[in-house]
Amino acid sequence: MSSILSLSSITPRSWQGYAALVLLAGALLLWPLVSATPGYGMATTVLIFILLLVAIEADNFPPMIGVVLLFLGAHGAAWMLLAGITGNEGSARASFYLLLVAAWFLAWRCVTVLSSFRPTSRWASTALRLIIPAIFGAWILIIWEAVTRGAGIPFILLPPPSAIGARIVGSLPVLGADVRQTIFKAVIFGYVAGSSAGFLVAIAADRVPFLRRGLLPIGNMVSALPIIGVAPIMVMWFGFDWQSKAAVVIIMTFFPMLVNTVAGLAASGHMERDLMRTYASSYWQTLFKLRLPAAAPFIFNALKINSTLALIGAIVAEFFGTPVVGMGFRISTEVGRMNIDMVWAEIAVAALAGSVFYGVVALFERAVTFWHPSVRGG
Amino acid sequence: MDSFRDKIVPVTSILLGVVVVWYVMAVILNAPFQRDLDRRANQTPGIVEFIGKTLAQPKPTLPAPHQVAVNFFENTFLRSITSNRSLVYNAWVTLSSTLLGFAFGTALGIVIAVGIVHVATLDRSLMPWIIASQTIPILAVAPMIIVVLAAIGITGLIPKALISTYLSFFPVAVGMVKGLRSPELTHLDLMHTYNASASQTFCKLRVPASVPFLFTSMKVAVAASLVGAIVGELPTGAVAGIGAKLLAGAYYSQTIDIWSALVAGSVVAALLVMVVGIAGRLVDRAMGGRPA
Repeated sequence: MSSILSLSSITPRSWQGYAALVLLAGALLLWPLVSATPGYGMATTVLIFILLLVAIEADNFPPMIGVVLLFLGAHGAAWMLLAGITGNEGSARASFYLLLVAAWFLAWRCVTVLSSFRPTSRWASTALRLIIPAIFGAWILIIWEAVTRGAGIPFILLPPPSAIGARIVGSLPVLGADVRQTIFKAVIFGYVAGSSAGFLVAIAADRVPFLRRGLLPIGNMVSALPIIGVAPIMVMWFGFDWQSKAAVVIIMTFFPMLVNTVAGLAASGHMERDLMRTYASSYWQTLFKLRLPAAAPFIFNALKINSTLALIGAIVAEFFGTPVVGMGFRISTEVGRMNIDMVWAEIAVAALAGSVFYGVVALFERAVTFWHPSVRGG
Repeated sequence: MDSFRDKIVPVTSILLGVVVVWYVMAVILNAPFQRDLDRRANQTPGIVEFIGKTLAQPKPTLPAPHQVAVNFFENTFLRSITSNRSLVYNAWVTLSSTLLGFAFGTALGIVIAVGIVHVATLDRSLMPWIIASQTIPILAVAPMIIVVLAAIGITGLIPKALISTYLSFFPVAVGMVKGLRSPELTHLDLMHTYNASASQTFCKLRVPASVPFLFTSMKVAVAASLVGAIVGELPTGAVAGIGAKLLAGAYYSQTIDIWSALVAGSVVAALLVMVVGIAGRLVDRAMGGRPA
């Protein structure tokens, strides 16, 4: 009753707030939240409503406090909804989803308010840049969790994120062995070898114009081809172990590096090159002191592209035959055994590894090309 | 004449070099097995005969270019198109899911780009995830998507197309965001002085400005889409398609088949990129673009 009374005094300020209010009313009408017997406790339910109402009302407060209340209200309610579904899996009714959507709208409102902030300090704007996408990502997980558990989606179709997390924690040794086999052996070696080969050939092509004019169109065309198809051939040539995967990675990373480096070496301006000539600098001096630094953004672009390609190449090559360890092997066998949570765990690890790999390259780029306008920020 | 000297001569001479190296490698790689065969048959062929034999093995370690070419020609032109050994048939299977996925991916990419350009919240919350999503080796998910969708009764074209969609939406989204934001401030100011509404600015300024970006990113997307379709065919257990041909070739060590399937895939990729490029040029001309 108390929640109905307070409804009348609440005045939202945004369409998300109004929508949330309507959804709350709907949830109240379509009582109860779940059809299973234990259900939600009375206290929990009231608390969820109060949290959401506070969040709606919070919009009228000064933005700083309002945003914090919005955040706490929306996410507190979502948390309690998720916690309460334990034991009631698969019995969620419309009212449960209405509350979830209401919380989601309020989180959206929270993000909208956050993105309208224009903080002056650099520290705060960096924090904002991280918080906003983090809320978005968290809501993908929340909705995924709520829908899979609320609707009782079969485990083999789509396990909830919490089960995947539990699986990751539970099978760390296996995942570790797979990462060692696929990433530390095949990917790293192939990435370094392929990228350096592409780099060296690009330097050679730069030295010999005939080679450059011939290689560049070929390299451009090859980058559109499904190179991943060489995987079965490499597995036949180099056997099932990591060497064949490294070979695939080398081939996949070679051409992006070649094309980008050649383009980068042409990036330095005529003025600068003329200046180097007035200094009577040799080809190699010009190369190391002017043209390679000017090419650095292009080279790092290739390194970033290659970081993803390398992982893809190694994992897909494992579909064609491996020893009984490795990420691609694990994914294809666990799919066959319908252990979908293990597959998701492996994908989560691959995603993490991919992001870390990319992040390391990006950090390295910032350190090396600190002088470049795109890094300096204008 | 300039393009002849600057491009065609170097490219063809490098390609010729590749073919020569290929033949040499084929002889070297196939020689040990051939020597084994000869020893067992108690033959001592002369060098020329020996080299001829290494280039004519039925299951060579590295097939010679002419073997691949003959196999490709036979499976492309001499077989009936409905035969499941025909490369045309397999290429068509792959191409259909590529195109479906590409269409979905392009549409999705454009929608996301429009959303990102117009809604500040989306720009700040979605854009980082779109970029992060590409650092994920998504192809690893392919077998799971196929098997899980098969478990709920969706098989055939759609699951493969979904993988292609995922791979192709990203280049389009990023390219279109760049394209829709490419009009300069002076252009936007001009629209402002015309009292143009947001939708008018969008239709008459932003969309035309983004077209070149769209076609550039569609070239990347269509190639990615083909890779997605090929990898999507692997876990279905070699039913049909270029990926299935690769897998079947790997199972039965039919190296020549693998290579000709690779050639077929490359031909399809080159054709797709070319078609998108031509479409881009036609649209550009229809919109009044003049050659620079």
